[in-house]
Order: sequence, then structure tokens, then C-alpha cells
Amino acid sequence: MITVLYFARLREELGTGSERLALPRAVRDLEGLRAHLIARGGAWAEALGANKAVRAAVNQSIASGDVPISDGDEVAFFPPVTGG
Amino acid sequence: MTVRVQTEDFDVGAEIAALRRANPKIGAVASFVGVVRDVNAGDAVAGMTLEHYPGMTEKSIEEIVAQARVRWSIYDALVIHRVGTLKPADQIVLVIVTSSHRGDAFAACEFIMDYLKTRAPFWKKEKTSAGARWVDARVTDDLAAERWRLKG
Repeated sequence: MITVLYFARLREELGTGSERLALPRAVRDLEGLRAHLIARGGAWAEALGANKAVRAAVNQSIASGDVPISDGDEVAFFPPVTGG
Repeated sequence: MTVRVQTEDFDVGAEIAALRRANPKIGAVASFVGVVRDVNAGDAVAGMTLEHYPGMTEKSIEEIVAQARVRWSIYDALVIHRVGTLKPADQIVLVIVTSSHRGDAFAACEFIMDYLKTRAPFWKKEKTSAGARWVDARVTDDLAAERWRLKG
């Protein structure tokens, strides 16, 4: 299982802030997980689509699409940050 | 190094005094205070809500301060960032850096703010006359963080 978190605009658009997910065998990295979620269609395809500015973190570190994902990881998707 | 994420306001004078008390070698203190503006993108702003990613927020700011320590000779740094509901003129963020001389304190303070703006997981949602909306990230913030790459 992995934990997937969603923040800010993504959390609102997806209607959830977190979920537990059995890591699909085909998913090896962050880009693979994003594609898996987009394949759910509807709000998922809309919010996470390639035309959207989506940032991600794996185990609380900013991560690019090629960062591997394994069982037990905490993954987060969110919009570009706007603090300060 | 101290990093605090909190809903409560902070007292800049008290925080500076506490850092100075801890080390008589300090010769320079640089601080930055970010404040909520009452206008953004042409619309009046009545207030905002700040969301963050607990755990990653603290970790990312600690990493930013650690990078500043490598690049400049500083004694200590404190970062306080507020979350929750804020209104215009409220303080949002405080960065204080202490060092022997002003050059290191100024540079490290600006570096920490520039990196915080682009890497620390906070998101602002503002209440405006045009409705509630998520604040968009600014290209100018990315450029501000990017310019530190050219140095050092």
C-alpha cells in the first residue's frame, strides 16, 4: 500500500485529501502513478492532466516524474506552491 | 535553527531579542516580515486561508536553512510561517538570520525567503470581491529563486 495526498486546488477538485492505494504492478515511478490516476477519468483526468501545473513529492521531498515509487511510500500531488 | 508553523501571530521584537540573547558574538541581525496585502491582481482582498503539508513543510524549510548555512557564515536562523485564516495587514512569515557581519545576514535572509516561496508547500486561497480563489504561483518568484544558482 501507498498513501497518496492531495493539497489545495487538487484536494478540492478531487474531493479528497488522501487515500490508501495498493500499488499497481505497472506503476514504477511518479509519472506512472500520475498516469494511473488520470486513467480514472472525470475529475482525475481533469485535475492531473498533462496540461495542468502539478507538482509532486515522494516521502516529503519534491520529486520529478522519474522518481521510483515503492510499497509504503507517501506520495503527494499539489499545485505550484504560493507561501511566503 | 528554529522552524515553526503556527496559526498564532508572532512578535518580531521578542524573537530577535531571544536570538541575540543566545549569542554575544552576533554583530548583525537581518529580518524579513511578509504581510497580507489588501489587494491582489486588481481585486480587493478581504482575507486568505493558508494550507500546508504538515511534515514536509518543516522538512523543506529546514533543508533551505541548511543550504544557507553552507553558503554563508551565519550563527542562527529562525523561520516562522503562519497558516489558517489571515486578514489584510496580518503578518504571514518571519525570517531572522544572525551573523557576525551584515553581508552574510542579508544574503542568507533573502536566499531563505526566495527558496521558501518556491519550495515550501504552502498554498494561499484568498477571499476577494470576485469570490474565493487559489493564488497562482508567480514566474517572478521562480526567477528570484533561480538567480541564487548563478552565485557561489
